[in-house]
Amino acid sequence: MNAIELNKLDIFYGDTQITDNISFDIKQGESFALVGESGSGKSTILKAIMGLAPKWNGSIKVNNVARSHGIDYDFAAQCQMVFQDPYGSLHPRKTVDATLSEPLTIHRISDQNERIEQVMQSVGLDLSFRFRYPHQLSGGQRQRVVIARALILEPKILLLDEPTSALDVSVQAEILNLFKKLRKERGLTYLMVTHNLPVVSFLCDRLAVIKAGKLVEVTGVEQLRQGNFKHAYTQELYAASGGVIS
Amino acid sequence: MTEDKLLEVKNLRISFPTTRDRIEVVKGISFDLGREKLGIVGESGSGKSLTGRSILKLIRAPGQVTADKLSFKNIDLLAQNEKQMRNIRGSKISMIMQDPKFSLNPVMTIGAQISESLNAHNKLSKSEVNQRVIDMLNDVKINDPERVVKLYPHEVSGGMGQRIMIAMMLIPQPDLLIADEPTSSLDVSVQAQVLNVIDDLISQKGMGLILISHDLVLTSRYCDRILVMKSGEIVEECKASELANAKHPYTRGLLAAIPSLNETRDELPTLNRLQKEPI
Repeated sequence: MNAIELNKLDIFYGDTQITDNISFDIKQGESFALVGESGSGKSTILKAIMGLAPKWNGSIKVNNVARSHGIDYDFAAQCQMVFQDPYGSLHPRKTVDATLSEPLTIHRISDQNERIEQVMQSVGLDLSFRFRYPHQLSGGQRQRVVIARALILEPKILLLDEPTSALDVSVQAEILNLFKKLRKERGLTYLMVTHNLPVVSFLCDRLAVIKAGKLVEVTGVEQLRQGNFKHAYTQELYAASGGVIS
Repeated sequence: MTEDKLLEVKNLRISFPTTRDRIEVVKGISFDLGREKLGIVGESGSGKSLTGRSILKLIRAPGQVTADKLSFKNIDLLAQNEKQMRNIRGSKISMIMQDPKFSLNPVMTIGAQISESLNAHNKLSKSEVNQRVIDMLNDVKINDPERVVKLYPHEVSGGMGQRIMIAMMLIPQPDLLIADEPTSSLDVSVQAQVLNVIDDLISQKGMGLILISHDLVLTSRYCDRILVMKSGEIVEECKASELANAKHPYTRGLLAAIPSLNETRDELPTLNRLQKEPI
């Protein structure tokens, strides 16, 4: 079964068309990457799936249910998003506990205390951080809080928007390992936006390359590892990320 | 002393006060710089940016900078007063900051901003200034500079903004350029373009460059020599080409944590750091 199906998706901001005829399917349990430059529309696709970019034509199906154009209560329990900047996506005046309990309150889930403790453990956050504010945490710890918030409703799909680009390499490695572990434990499906090809090589099974709102190429990670691409633009991206010390 | 020694730093220390006592952020580092490309790499909080800023004396009280020697072309930087420093900043040593969005003045046109840095140090006629600005924009590979000088910063892309910053910093023809994470806010494909522009101009003009970055791989591609910093100390110094053979466990740890394009490891090694409780 497909976790996410996009069919002929055109997304607009006002009158400006951002993406043009995007179609791809993501299987359940798959880890799929969207790769491209800034401004190519890759984050906009995630926003459209979440209901944050409401003006689009075509169809979006998540777990075989067509998405509405807005924010949807039931959908939120199945699919959550992790944003790029852990410094910007946590409320500065809410403690970790308040951040994590908010989705539970909205969805009227009662065993809040256990759920919070459990999710903090599974993202590797010590329970002593529970009543801290974001400014008392490091970047890596903050990104763990953001991931915990996304996981607390136990969704099966995570949309990741450049989840590690604001982090140092060593912290990036910790977070990437965490994503891999969580996927194994919970059978999660990932749709990740990034421009970092080595990260794709580590975490993903397939990737789609997007340029100026158009889908250029969908290919497997094996092709990426061998540098074996059909399209000239993908080869260009590959060359720009090259020069890796081996 | 040899003529080609641009910068000498000996036992540089930077400290900030806390409620208890002063915390040393840079703990006595020493290095020399000739007309070469030096990379300073390290994680956030290692003190690399502060080192770059201290060379221009941009660290304000209550921050405190001490050094046994901090000299640029035999000028003792620590002994210069603010007025004298103004003559050095920009014209002899200049610095490219991280994010063009926050470092360009949003209400000034690009032409006006670039010529401002030229007018501050030289007295040239208006037409000469305009010509120099347009030549400089050509040098940083901006198409149609006549159009771009009339634009405002929000009308250009990130990569263009960063190239405009480079033009602004290089137009007074300094001897030393400090680039603090010049490309970390840019895409991979644009990163390469911007660094190539810096690289070309540095080599052409025979300047010195300090490239401050957290990206080991990128730095090793563009620099001659690399200093690896960790919590305020230099833990390793090596030729960029020999970074892969680095010996210090910290450098090795950083290198191992970077995923490669052909990544088949199941788990990335991470640095074993003590999980310190924040205060």
